[in-house]
Amino acid sequence: MPIDIDIAHVARLARLGLTDEELSFYQRQLGVILEHAAKVQALDTTGVEPTAHPLAFVNAFREDATVAPLDRERVLEQAPLTEDGFFVVPPPLEGT
Amino acid sequence: MTPADLSVAEAARKLAAGETTSLEITEAVLRRAAQTEAELHCYLTIDQQGALASAEDSDRRRRKGAVSALSGIPIALKDNMCTDGIETTCSSQILAGYRPPYDATVVRRLRAAGAVIVGKTNLDEFAMGSSTENSAYGPTHNPWDPGRVPGGSSGGSAAAVSAGSALAALGSDTGGSIRQPASLCGVVGFKPTYGRVSRYGLVAFASSLDQIGPITRTVEDAALIFSVIGGHDPQDATSYTGEMPELSALGSGVAGLRIGVVQEASGAGFEPDVETACRQMAERLTAAGASLEEISVPTFTVALSAYYLIAPAEASANLARFDGVRYGLREEGTHVEEMMARTRAAGFGPEVSRRILLGTYALSAGYYDAFYGQAQRVRTLLINELNAAFERVDVLILPTSPTTAFEMGAKTQDPLSMYLTDVCTIPANLAGTPAISVPIGLDRSGLPIGIQVMGRALGESVMLAVAAEIERLARFTARPPMLEAWS
Repeated sequence: MPIDIDIAHVARLARLGLTDEELSFYQRQLGVILEHAAKVQALDTTGVEPTAHPLAFVNAFREDATVAPLDRERVLEQAPLTEDGFFVVPPPLEGT
Repeated sequence: MTPADLSVAEAARKLAAGETTSLEITEAVLRRAAQTEAELHCYLTIDQQGALASAEDSDRRRRKGAVSALSGIPIALKDNMCTDGIETTCSSQILAGYRPPYDATVVRRLRAAGAVIVGKTNLDEFAMGSSTENSAYGPTHNPWDPGRVPGGSSGGSAAAVSAGSALAALGSDTGGSIRQPASLCGVVGFKPTYGRVSRYGLVAFASSLDQIGPITRTVEDAALIFSVIGGHDPQDATSYTGEMPELSALGSGVAGLRIGVVQEASGAGFEPDVETACRQMAERLTAAGASLEEISVPTFTVALSAYYLIAPAEASANLARFDGVRYGLREEGTHVEEMMARTRAAGFGPEVSRRILLGTYALSAGYYDAFYGQAQRVRTLLINELNAAFERVDVLILPTSPTTAFEMGAKTQDPLSMYLTDVCTIPANLAGTPAISVPIGLDRSGLPIGIQVMGRALGESVMLAVAAEIERLARFTARPPMLEAWS
């Protein structure tokens, strides 16, 4: 059975401003996909450690040296809006 | 045949012998692109001026004796690899117009080895897809039959190499995105061991799965490009610090090698022509001196389910950076959250939104352990099974894709059916092992079939030797019919 999810809550967490039609469209599709994905739950994994990274490589250390960063002007010129070397965004809180 | 149809190694030999120039090869490649792009749409950006200047420069340096591994060879890049000053969109509206202020490490290494960068190839948006139909800038078509998909997500790279609008290309592979399009386009696609190739400057999709690799016409070319782009990079702390493998044994054959045939990669959903071609190749490998063993990988199929939780989960975190602040699109909003939500809704296509939602759900409170945590434990089971298999055999073989190239639009309305096409390629990403697709023949409709060789982690050397032997036995010399007009 397709899984029923609170799609509006998930969209809010993902910062996706979707319309009501889009939300019900994705809710239906995700229900079907998750029904298939839930097959992982049928396997007995008692005592099995989760894998976050495929290969057990040791940490790579590098020399603690100063290197030239990316050019500040070139980085900033890719932004939609900047001022005095800063990125500009709207007010953080609603109604401020 | 024109210089656009040469392999990288042949072109390098001709350049060294003074029989051709980089300018001549590059012009042939650009001419082929001009002839085929209207029908195929392999490229999002062709840097004609830059490529010609770079070719002329390469010829000039060669006359002075300055030659490197890829001097003068025209190569294409998937458009999710950052190129200094050249637009890098990931086929997404959210990155329209983005010109990175730096080259990805692979791009820097290709340039240092003398390669001529032709341009940026089309992909499924943010590499999410298996058909290159999820591009905000329109789909790529398969050179073997433009009514069919080239596979994906590196469909532009695979189609370009197949059509001769590049001698070779780089792709990225998170769940099969190098190997599956290579298989569907009749070329070689090689995903190295996770960590062999730096991901610095590759726009991240799923960081524990992503790996860059070559798409080429021959196994030798794949090995050559791998040797140029591989090796530790201080700018990617997850890149492997050990030595690169010795690749001189490519022609050593398969005598004495033990080859495992994955039992689960057959049956329902697999086209008979694909199964037959792979079975026949297994028999020919036996005749060439290898021993065959049937290997069972019980979690092979459920690994697909685990992948479609793990990859979207990682993607939902990685793609949080596209928020209208530092680069790309911005839609206005009265406060910052509204601006971000509007920007992301406007900038991401449906498949990307779907995976972000899926991943966000799988990571959200109350569902984390049942979905993401459990998928990670299944990942461990798969790795254990593959480790056990590699104690008994040197490599595993299986089809790269259950089917040959499917018709455009056939799976776009049903995301799950599209996801199922990745069943054979996903295990190598979850386990981090190297794998390569080699073309071995055509099906009854004249579409290419690829076989996949999976090696042990860091075992590229043996895996490539088996791939080279398969290539020798298959003698796959067919070319896309549309190219007959341009030879």
